[in-house]
Amino acid sequence: MLTKKQLFSKGFLSVAPHMLSVIPFGIICGAIGIELGFDPILVYALSIIIFGGASQIVFLQLLSGGASALIAVTSVGVINSRHLLYGAVLSEYLEKLSFIKKLLISYIVVDQGFAESNKFFIKNKTEPHLHYHLIGSGVTLWIFWQLSTLAGIVLGSFVPEELGLKFAIPLTFIAIVVQDLKKLDHVIVMITCGLSSLLFFNAPFKSYIIISPIIALFVAALVLRLKK
Amino acid sequence: MTWLSITIAGIITYFTRMTMIALVDRDLLGEKVKAVLAFVPSAVFPAIIFPGIFINDYGTFIEMNDPKIFGAIVAILVGYFSRSVIATILSGLTSYWVIIFLL
Repeated sequence: MLTKKQLFSKGFLSVAPHMLSVIPFGIICGAIGIELGFDPILVYALSIIIFGGASQIVFLQLLSGGASALIAVTSVGVINSRHLLYGAVLSEYLEKLSFIKKLLISYIVVDQGFAESNKFFIKNKTEPHLHYHLIGSGVTLWIFWQLSTLAGIVLGSFVPEELGLKFAIPLTFIAIVVQDLKKLDHVIVMITCGLSSLLFFNAPFKSYIIISPIIALFVAALVLRLKK
Repeated sequence: MTWLSITIAGIITYFTRMTMIALVDRDLLGEKVKAVLAFVPSAVFPAIIFPGIFINDYGTFIEMNDPKIFGAIVAILVGYFSRSVIATILSGLTSYWVIIFLL
């Protein structure tokens, strides 16, 4: 049995390599807000209140481009609706927590933390304090997100754009799913999602980010049915 | 007005995180749904990966000889065999840089 502290540090270590993409993305996110002419306090507030990289950038870009607040808010909701899927997966492991703890832990559920902690949960289902892994990964991502967006706000985009560090974002997620390429059913689901995302890329409110997973999950259900 | 929008966007985002964890009883989900949920990472992350590689900053498709495609292939191969997140990201970035800066 692992102690809470050990689980927390395993959570920390599991997301630490992802800082290679989180930090440059945070800097870009902060710097873009300032470049678009928003109040620094407002740009930073997004990192605390929304705490979701892509949706923060889209929100500011839409508002600065003259879109209505309704459209900006809807886009944030649509982009972040994928968390509903993360929550549905994680709920199995967080069932026994008190309601208050569930409310608190929900705030730190983000892509990389969900992905890495979920991998750990699948392999260690019987550990009693599993959620400390999610706290470790989530708190780490939260702290680095706050620091890197702040750095972008204060220092501007000091990372040269020529480096193309935005490319680190797809790479981070390749690292997360690459081992599942061993399983044919997962490959089918991934390709379905990827092709759908390109097909629906121009759908309103950035909805490709939730349309493609829904299509891919339908295909997953079909694959499961065929396997029986 | 902007602050109000931020607050509402934040509340909605928080609800997307919290609803399934705190409000929905997991027993309501059938066995079939739970089996499908095992595919969530594979069903969600390619929607971030594919546009991140194949669509440029202006929202149009890249050329088939774009260095990002090469970088992604290197990252997939290195990641698959090394099982290391750091190696995956660094190999993808460096192979991408080699093409845009050295070739």
